[in-house]
Amino acid sequence: MTDVRDSPPVGDSRAAAPAGATVSLENLVRSYGKVRALDGLTLSIDAGEFVAFLGPSGCGKTTALRVLAGFEQPDSGRVIVDGKDLSNVNAQKRDMGMVFQSYSLFPNMSVLDNVAFGLKMRRQSGSQRRTKAAELLELVGLGDQSVKYPHQLSGGQQQRVALARALAIEPRVLLLDEPLSALDAKVRAELRDQIRSLQQRLAITTVFVTHDQEEALSMADRVCVMSSGHIEQIASPATLYARPTTAFVAQFVGISSRVPVQMDGSEVVIFGQRCPVRTGDSAAVTGPIDALLRPEDVAIDVDPDGTGFITHKSFFGATTRLVVQVGEIPVRVDVRSDVGADLALGEHVRPRIIARDVLIAARGPLEIPSDE
Amino acid sequence: MASIGTTALVIEATDGSLEVDNRRPRRKKFRTWRLIVMVLAAAYFLAPLYAGLKFALQNDSGHFSFWAFQTLPSSQGFSAAFFLSMRLAIFTAVVELLLMVPTAIFVHLRLPKLRPMMDFVTILPIVVPPIVLIVGVLGSAPLWLKSSPYLLSVFYVVLAMPFVYRSLDAGLTAIDLRTLVEASRSLGGSWIRTLVSVIMPNLRAALLSATALTLALVFGEYTMANLDGWTTMPVWIAQFQQSDAHVTLAAAMALLIGTWLLLSLIVAADRSQSRRRRRRAGTP
Repeated sequence: MTDVRDSPPVGDSRAAAPAGATVSLENLVRSYGKVRALDGLTLSIDAGEFVAFLGPSGCGKTTALRVLAGFEQPDSGRVIVDGKDLSNVNAQKRDMGMVFQSYSLFPNMSVLDNVAFGLKMRRQSGSQRRTKAAELLELVGLGDQSVKYPHQLSGGQQQRVALARALAIEPRVLLLDEPLSALDAKVRAELRDQIRSLQQRLAITTVFVTHDQEEALSMADRVCVMSSGHIEQIASPATLYARPTTAFVAQFVGISSRVPVQMDGSEVVIFGQRCPVRTGDSAAVTGPIDALLRPEDVAIDVDPDGTGFITHKSFFGATTRLVVQVGEIPVRVDVRSDVGADLALGEHVRPRIIARDVLIAARGPLEIPSDE
Repeated sequence: MASIGTTALVIEATDGSLEVDNRRPRRKKFRTWRLIVMVLAAAYFLAPLYAGLKFALQNDSGHFSFWAFQTLPSSQGFSAAFFLSMRLAIFTAVVELLLMVPTAIFVHLRLPKLRPMMDFVTILPIVVPPIVLIVGVLGSAPLWLKSSPYLLSVFYVVLAMPFVYRSLDAGLTAIDLRTLVEASRSLGGSWIRTLVSVIMPNLRAALLSATALTLALVFGEYTMANLDGWTTMPVWIAQFQQSDAHVTLAAAMALLIGTWLLLSLIVAADRSQSRRRRRRAGTP
C-alpha cells in the first residue's frame, strides 16, 4: 500500500509542514440563546495526538469541534493551531479535514472525484489529483471502487471514502464528528481499527467526537469527558476509567453503582468493610456521600446468611454481570461467566470490596439498573 | 397449502380446516375503482385536448387537413409573438433562478426557522390577482420601464415564485444540504464553487422542474401581457382567433405539444446522464 506521506505535499506553504499540528482551544464560549454550549473550554492537543471528546448529548462536544473547524464562531476565546490564531479564519482556509456523522459524500461525483475534490480546490493538475486520489483509495482499501457513485456503496465504504477525502488534502488536523454512529456494530469495529491505525501511521493530529465510550476509550490517546460545555476530566483512557476525578466521569465512563456511605477519617465503611477514599476526593465533598463502585470493584461470596441477593443476570461472554440487591441498594458485580452460570436468581450472597480505594461523591439518587 | 377460488383465497390450515381469505375480492374491487377514477381523470383532461386537436386538424369545410399547422409559421404576427414569449420566458427563468436559488439555500442553511414564513410569503402572488399587480405598476412605473417588454418579466418572476420556491424547497429538503456545504468548505471550496459544483448538480431535478414551470407560466400568461400592450403568444392567439379559429387552435396545440416535447427532452436528457453515470460505474 502506498503511504500518502510519500506523495508530494499539497501546496507550497505545506512543503515543510509536520504531519500533525498542535491545537489550543483557549477559553471558548459559545451560547445559543440562554444555553451555554461551550463554557470556557480550554484544551491543548499535541501534534499527532488523538483526542476524543466524549459526553452525553448537549454537552458541547460537537460545538467544540465545529468551532475548531470554523463552522461556528465562538462568542469569545481563541482557536490556535501551530501557534497561529485561526479564530477569524473561515473553514475554507483552515486546512482541516473533516468526516461527518452522516455520509457527506457528494452524490453527483464518483468516488474518485469525491476524494479528488479537495485537491481540485487546491488547483492541483488533473493527473496529480487522480494519482493522489487513487493512492488514498488504496489506503482505505477501496482502490477498486473508484468509478462508483456514493449511492452504490455501503455505509462503511462511504465513510472510508469520506476519510480518504479528508486525508487527501493532507490536513493539519483531522476532525471526526461521530463518523461511526450510523454504522452497524461489525463495520463500526472494523472502521474504528482502520481509523486508529491510519491516524498512527500518518501521525496526524485528530479530534474525534463521540458519545460512545467504548469508541473513545479504544481509539484515543486522551479522552476529554465533557459536561455542560466544560471539561470534566481529560486523561488517558486507562486513567479515566480507573481514576475518574468526578462523580460525573465515574458514572459516565463505565458503569458505577452508588452506595450511600459515611466518612470515617480518610476511609468509608461499605458493607461493613473499611475502604480508603481515593486521594483528593474527600476534601471536595461535604454532606451526605455515596461511594461509586465499578462492577469489578466488588466480589461476592455465596452465603445463605448474606445481606444481598441476586436480582438480575446478564451474560456478556467472558463475564456475567449480576445485580445484587443489598437492602435498597442495587450493586452491579462482574463475575467470570463459569462462576455466574452456577449462581441462581434470588441466591443470597455477601458482597465485599476488592478495590484498593473508592471514589466518593455527593449523595445522588439510587438508580435502577437498566442495562441488565 | 393455498388454492385460489373464484371469489376468495381458500387456505388449508395445518390442522386440515379450511379458512377463507376475503382479501382478494377487496383488492380486485379497489383495482376496479382505481381504473374508473383514472379513466374519468384522463377523460377530463384529454377530452378538451382531443376536441381542440380535432378542430385544428380540420379545414373550413370540416375535412381532415394539416392546413392550419402549415399556415401557422407564416401567419401574421405569429413569429414575433412566439419569439417575444420565448425571450420573456428565458429571461424570467434566469432571473427567477438567480433570485430564488440563493434565497432558498440561505433560508435552508441559515434561517430554517423562517421556512414556514417563506412558505406563506411565496404563496402570496397566487392570492393577489394579476390584474391588481399590473394596473398598479403601470400607473406608477417610469416610461422607460413601461416601454420595455421586460417589465412583464418582473411580474412573471413574482407569479412564478410560488412554484419555483416549492420546487427548490423540495429539492433542498431531499439533500443533506448543511453537511454537503460544510464538507465542501472544509475541503477548501469557496461559496461559489460549492454552489456550482456541489449544490446545483444535486438540485438538478428541482431546477429543471422550476424552469419548466416558469416557461409554461410565461407561455400561458394572458392578462398582464394584454394590459401592458404586448403581443405575446397567448395575446396573439386571442387576437388571431377572430381571423381564423383553426389557426389559433393549431397554435395552441403546437404550444402545448412544444411545451410537452421540451419537458420530455429535459427529462430524457436527465435520464440519459444518469444512465451514462451508471454505465461508467459498471452497474445497470
